[in-house]
Amino acid sequence: MIDFLFYVFAALAVAGALGMLLNTRNAVAGALSLVGTMVALGAIYVLLEAYLVGVLQILVYAGAIVVLFLFVVMLLNLRQDEFSPERLRITKIVSVVIGALVGIELLVLLPAALGPAAVLPEGFGGYRMVGAALFTDWVLAFEVTSLLLLAAMVGAVILAKRRID
Amino acid sequence: MILGVIIKLLFIVLVVAGLFLPLITWVERKQSAVMQDRIGANRADVFGLRLIGLLHPAADVLKLLSKEDVVPAGANRVLHQLAPAMALVPAIVTLAVIPFGGTYTLGDTTFSLVVADIDWGMLFVLAVGSLATYGAVMAGWSSNSNWGLLGSMRASAQMISYEVTMGLSLVGLFMCFGTLKLTEMAALQDQTFRLFGFLQHVFGIVVPGFLDWVRLPMWGLFLQPLGFILFLTCIMAENKRPPFDAPEGESEIIAGYHMEYSGMRFGLFYTAEFLEVPVIGAIVASLFLGGWTIPWLSTGDIVGGVGSVFGHGFATGVAIVLHVTSFLLKVVIMIWFQMALRWTLPRFRYDQVMDLCWKMILPISIANVFVTGALILFLEREA
Amino acid sequence: MLVEKAVALSAILFVLGTLGALTRRNLIVILMSIELMLNAVNLALVAFSRQWGDLAGHVFVLMVIVVAAAEVAVGLGIVIALFRNRESVNVEDSSLLKW
Repeated sequence: MIDFLFYVFAALAVAGALGMLLNTRNAVAGALSLVGTMVALGAIYVLLEAYLVGVLQILVYAGAIVVLFLFVVMLLNLRQDEFSPERLRITKIVSVVIGALVGIELLVLLPAALGPAAVLPEGFGGYRMVGAALFTDWVLAFEVTSLLLLAAMVGAVILAKRRID
Repeated sequence: MILGVIIKLLFIVLVVAGLFLPLITWVERKQSAVMQDRIGANRADVFGLRLIGLLHPAADVLKLLSKEDVVPAGANRVLHQLAPAMALVPAIVTLAVIPFGGTYTLGDTTFSLVVADIDWGMLFVLAVGSLATYGAVMAGWSSNSNWGLLGSMRASAQMISYEVTMGLSLVGLFMCFGTLKLTEMAALQDQTFRLFGFLQHVFGIVVPGFLDWVRLPMWGLFLQPLGFILFLTCIMAENKRPPFDAPEGESEIIAGYHMEYSGMRFGLFYTAEFLEVPVIGAIVASLFLGGWTIPWLSTGDIVGGVGSVFGHGFATGVAIVLHVTSFLLKVVIMIWFQMALRWTLPRFRYDQVMDLCWKMILPISIANVFVTGALILFLEREA
Repeated sequence: MLVEKAVALSAILFVLGTLGALTRRNLIVILMSIELMLNAVNLALVAFSRQWGDLAGHVFVLMVIVVAAAEVAVGLGIVIALFRNRESVNVEDSSLLKW
């Protein structure tokens, strides 16, 4: 059951990513495909028993960050776009070969290297354990992140401000 | 087990959506009429039976279904038709985690009257609520109209701003109850606490006997009054309820983001907006007003009291009926309150809405978190 | 078995994100492709955290989400400032420093 759900959400995620990439006419439709990818990834996180991270993915990424993208696209009222001019054909062939090699390595060699998954303690990935880890082991990263957000807020306001001159 | 989920789903869809939606359409017209000293809509009748206007929602639905579905020229067809669904689905999905009854044991089965008992239920509500932004944003942008674009830009900025403060104003409540699970929060509100008990805990003053019997139900409203006011403001602004309906300000930008919609697609937007009223009521009732609990009458009292006379199974049935009725009554009170607020306050100006969020509610909710944390630390240390 | 499939999906998404960042000329789509790459990394982190039962992966993912949010805010501010100067978000129009 979990495997079937994973395949469904993985297909949705890849479809959303392709929808964003291949969509040249409409940046808004591309952003909405990205939302589909984010929500599918949130569902995959829940399947991987990362409950807090999954719901925060939907809350922050799908609910705020992509809305920010949409806001800017609507503000700038963008229309058409094109792909870059074609590169050499050899690049495409080499990239497909390397991609196939990486795919084989991931799907065939990795399971043998990793072994079985660990038995997880009760409440793993829930908000209590992640919160406890965040405030005890990783509290320095947490505090520094708050400074980062402050810097980003100030930077974004200054960059988008209209100069009065 | 599947049968239980289906029954609960049917209850939510039929009662909350099916019964409350037409009721709210009628309440909107009648309550506003009574508040404005007029009669309101009372002409729709079936075979001469007017029923004080209760048939008007049916008439509205028939009217909307029979109108032509217009897609403006130059509009993005797919997004234009997808937007009403994106506005409606988050409102309905939120109802999946709200408990409309407690946890009961009948024989050897334990069941709780909630469709999905998620451990992080309140985060689910916040996450799904944040997805509601897309309906408003898509509706305005895909309409290829100036008013629509203005409305949807106002809507997107307002909604993502108030999401932040919605979460922050609840942090104090999470600290008080120690859980994000909505069933547990409702169950924790099933008890009473001594109003002047903190005097004994903190200052060591022995409370005189005649003050000791003052017990309040341990509702979120009494534990976090400031959080209640902040959260109510934020969730009404998030759902663009008047007086925060600048995105669809009828007197400014005509109909804002749902201007280019007609027929049942407009009906879907209106359904989404009116469905959010009982959903707001259900969330606020579960968090702050005790959910399905009856004040001063805990579940143990009911089951013990009735059970000693009539038997445990009958007592549990009585408890179920009383609890569900209590929940629906609280939702109705919240609906009345929101309607009263709608028809009393004039619409806020858009910059007033954004100022309120970032300059007033955000600092106050952070201060609320600090004060709540300090109080909890103090009280726990004394106990 | 789920962990390996999740890592494979993470690789696919990362490759798609890189392709988008390299081939598209709309600055906003490039930023969205970078977001996709960050999401792919998040998925790999969560998958390996599940494999070894270590919560550090989850904490790292939270940090990445925060950094991505900050980067999007500043990046879109830059896009708006660029648009005001050049009336276009095409990266080919901002190639004055190219040799």
